[in-house]
Amino acid sequence: MTTTYDAKPASRVLWVDRFLTLIRFVFIFVISVGLLAFIAQQINPQNPFAQWINPDATGLTAPQFKGLLVTGLAQGAMYGLIALGYSMVYGVLGFINFAHGEVFMVGAMSGMITSNKLADAGLWEDAFLFSLLFVVVSSIVLSTATAVIMERIAYRPLRGSPRLIPLITSIGVSFFLQNLSVVLLGPGAKSYPALPSWLSQKRSLLGFDIEGTKLVVLVTAAVSMAGLWFLVERTKTGRAMRAVAEDKEIAALMGIDVNRTIVTTFAVGGAMAGVAGILWGILFRSVIHTTGFLPGIKAFSAAVVGGIGNLGGAMAGGLSLGAAEATAPLLLLEPLGVDGVSQLRDAVAFAVLIFVLLVRPSGLFGERLSEEERA
Amino acid sequence: MTATSNNASTIEAPGLDWRRQIRFSAIGALSCAFIALAGMPVGLNGRSIIQPVLSMGYLSLLWVPFVLASLAGSQVVLEGMTERERDSKDLAAGALVGLGCALGLAVLMILVQNFNLRDPLVNWSPQLLDLLSFGRSTTLGVLLWTALGTIFGVLGGAMHVVPGGMRRKTLTVALSVLTVSVLETFLTDLLEGFGLEVFTDFIYYKRGGLEVAGALLVAVLAIAIPLLVGTRITAVRTRVQEMPASERSRVNLVLLAVSAALLLVLPFFLGKITNELLANVGLFVLLALGLNVVVGLAGILDLGYVAFFAVGGYTTAVLTSPNSPGFSPQLPWPVALIVVITLTGIVGLFIGAPVIRMRGDYLAIVTLGFGEIIRLLFLSDWLSGWFGGAQGITNIPGVDVGIGVVKGTDPRSVFLLVLVFCAIAIYISWRLEHSRLGRAWMAIREDEDVAEAMGVNTTNTKLMAFVVGAVLASFAGAIFSAKVGSIFPTSFLMLVSIIILVVVIVGGMGNIAGVIVGALVLIGVLGGPKQPGLLQEFSQFKLLIYGALLVWMMLKRPEGLVPNVRRSRELHQEEFLQDAWLRGEIDADDEENES
Repeated sequence: MTTTYDAKPASRVLWVDRFLTLIRFVFIFVISVGLLAFIAQQINPQNPFAQWINPDATGLTAPQFKGLLVTGLAQGAMYGLIALGYSMVYGVLGFINFAHGEVFMVGAMSGMITSNKLADAGLWEDAFLFSLLFVVVSSIVLSTATAVIMERIAYRPLRGSPRLIPLITSIGVSFFLQNLSVVLLGPGAKSYPALPSWLSQKRSLLGFDIEGTKLVVLVTAAVSMAGLWFLVERTKTGRAMRAVAEDKEIAALMGIDVNRTIVTTFAVGGAMAGVAGILWGILFRSVIHTTGFLPGIKAFSAAVVGGIGNLGGAMAGGLSLGAAEATAPLLLLEPLGVDGVSQLRDAVAFAVLIFVLLVRPSGLFGERLSEEERA
Repeated sequence: MTATSNNASTIEAPGLDWRRQIRFSAIGALSCAFIALAGMPVGLNGRSIIQPVLSMGYLSLLWVPFVLASLAGSQVVLEGMTERERDSKDLAAGALVGLGCALGLAVLMILVQNFNLRDPLVNWSPQLLDLLSFGRSTTLGVLLWTALGTIFGVLGGAMHVVPGGMRRKTLTVALSVLTVSVLETFLTDLLEGFGLEVFTDFIYYKRGGLEVAGALLVAVLAIAIPLLVGTRITAVRTRVQEMPASERSRVNLVLLAVSAALLLVLPFFLGKITNELLANVGLFVLLALGLNVVVGLAGILDLGYVAFFAVGGYTTAVLTSPNSPGFSPQLPWPVALIVVITLTGIVGLFIGAPVIRMRGDYLAIVTLGFGEIIRLLFLSDWLSGWFGGAQGITNIPGVDVGIGVVKGTDPRSVFLLVLVFCAIAIYISWRLEHSRLGRAWMAIREDEDVAEAMGVNTTNTKLMAFVVGAVLASFAGAIFSAKVGSIFPTSFLMLVSIIILVVVIVGGMGNIAGVIVGALVLIGVLGGPKQPGLLQEFSQFKLLIYGALLVWMMLKRPEGLVPNVRRSRELHQEEFLQDAWLRGEIDADDEENES
């Protein structure tokens, strides 16, 4: 490199910025063309504009679109529940707990084990609600325990070390937990027992045909979110958590037990991930050791989309990410003439993350972080 | 321990902490039960260390009481304290820890005998019980494990009681027997190449593992060799160190040339399997050297590093293979390589530019996202007209180098090719590390704001790190696709990025030698994502071990096995400052200025 000091620094830096602006514009351009093509094909699939971009344009029917949206929202609610854990830990400790997705996996796995045991005993069919309650409670206990043990062993000794160290550690923890599931429970997908038909049947609500399971997911997410909101905004523990997120040292001076508050944060995040794990089991009825990885990353994206540290934002981010991921392939990519769009669902989720970080790094609803963590 | 001899009033360190011993025995009990349930004893039992006496399966349990007991007994001796006199109490403490481990196994055995939890826990099996009880009754098994646990615990405790020389000798013997046994395939192959089968036939049992006599021979050698040559080596070393700088660098150069020549000759004495193994290690050395530039030197955590490997591999495949679905120029490999390097460098720029301004941890996740996006694109039907989708690209020709063709069926040639590229990569990273750019990277790693204030153009410098890393990965990708002869998206999972990261971190971030050691130890012994290592039995546990290693390294030794001096100073800044203060190098005013 033969850069000299007398060159104007601005001109040296600018080309990256220009490139970034270009990327932003390309992103926005692709999205708007896709949307326009979609609108065109909705008006009439034989529309010349739609035909020009995608010769096989067919258009979506309203029930198809609603179905996609509901699927997306149900998954998004799950992402939102996981995202709460990411967001809370980031708010309090300022690092991405990469292994949080694995806590969710632990919840789903423990739900699989207990529900299968209950099904063997015949209780799953006979007393469904009771056994579901048992499954949920046990999975919450296990995933909370995982999160708390994780914090104690891997993260607490690293407090105050350089920024990347806890992040790398959490990658290790995530890798370890995934493979722990392989060696203890064996590789391969495991399934949940069949759900009672009154739960899985479709019912119409507000003009939407929703399967009961998705309704359960949405309602559970709403209830958990309300509970969390109450905990964080209305109780003493919640106030302690907010104070620690703001400034650990001052919080300690005010008589708050910082360690205990951090453990509580991990525990609450773990409990939410446990709930999400059960919801995953109800929705997909299948769980494998890598179950936690992609939803974990997507949930983190949701937390970023909503503004990290912002709990309402995490839930909203989850819902919007889920909806985007479910609809964007058919709404943007298919009208653009891309083949096999459903394969690109995960790529869309990552693209949303990149797009949001490029256009609005502090998220849609604003970050809530202390000064030092924003650095 | 040394500096405060002038300080007359030394305090004795506190006595044995029994609560710590009890905590360690609980940890031991849990770890033993966990290892048993993870299936290590059963899965590794096929591999013997010393033929009828000790198998890898039993070793996977027996190390626990030994190591935990010696860990529990270790004490941090603070400045100004004398070390406590060790006595029989330490042996008792070791026995306690060992007993704890045995208790864990005993409880597990009784549970396995009386309950059936095989449904969720796959290793809750009669085989496990059979193995743990040595093929006899459970009662006998419990008694035997109690005895074994106590013995190994006492041995672990004894490590603090016996004098240092003795301790070192015991550890050397144990480690060399283990190493010789682990390296069996390699050593047999190597010595066969030199026509020395007699030796390996003597020490190794026919179907794997050392013979008892062989183990004894290795033990004797492990003690004898340092006694015979140890003093001479130290003498030579001090003589080299006392030489003037110009002469010393000449000695180093000669050493380098000799070792390079040896490495070039080595493949001709090795068999297929070993050459294949070393070629895989070499590929990971290349990848790890590249990631070392990004993570180790510039301090950018790139979790999507596999993307560059994939781009390198796929570009080579498209350019050279006659079966490439979209565009098939069938270029010769060296010409293709130039295109590959350019293209991967550009991809490095393209991925680097958007992420360069992000916070460190956002950057990690976004690069991971890019890695996955690139894999999904190669896998997708959309681009299958170019890259073949899930069917990949097959029939990639080998590398024609004039005197022969390098291809996967001839691992020796692949290993030679990999060696050449490793040499290039090492040279590049070594020169870069000591260049202006390298210093700028290290400045950014230490503190980006300060580096910027000092006039480092952080944007360009960080982008350069991405580009250099991408180019080094593209070497590996190009060789990989020529070696395997076909290329599929499943070779480029996110797992590969993580494994390369583990190699770099375990070896030592920012240190070329460390990275090579890391690749040799991890990929060579445990194996890569799909490639088997020397311990093939470990294939189902290696990822678990990688995860655990990553956490353990970060907690206990973030600078890695072979640390980079500057990097470890950064990581242990406080301790360094404290030491310097204790030595009186910093007085109070300086410290004020420091902070």
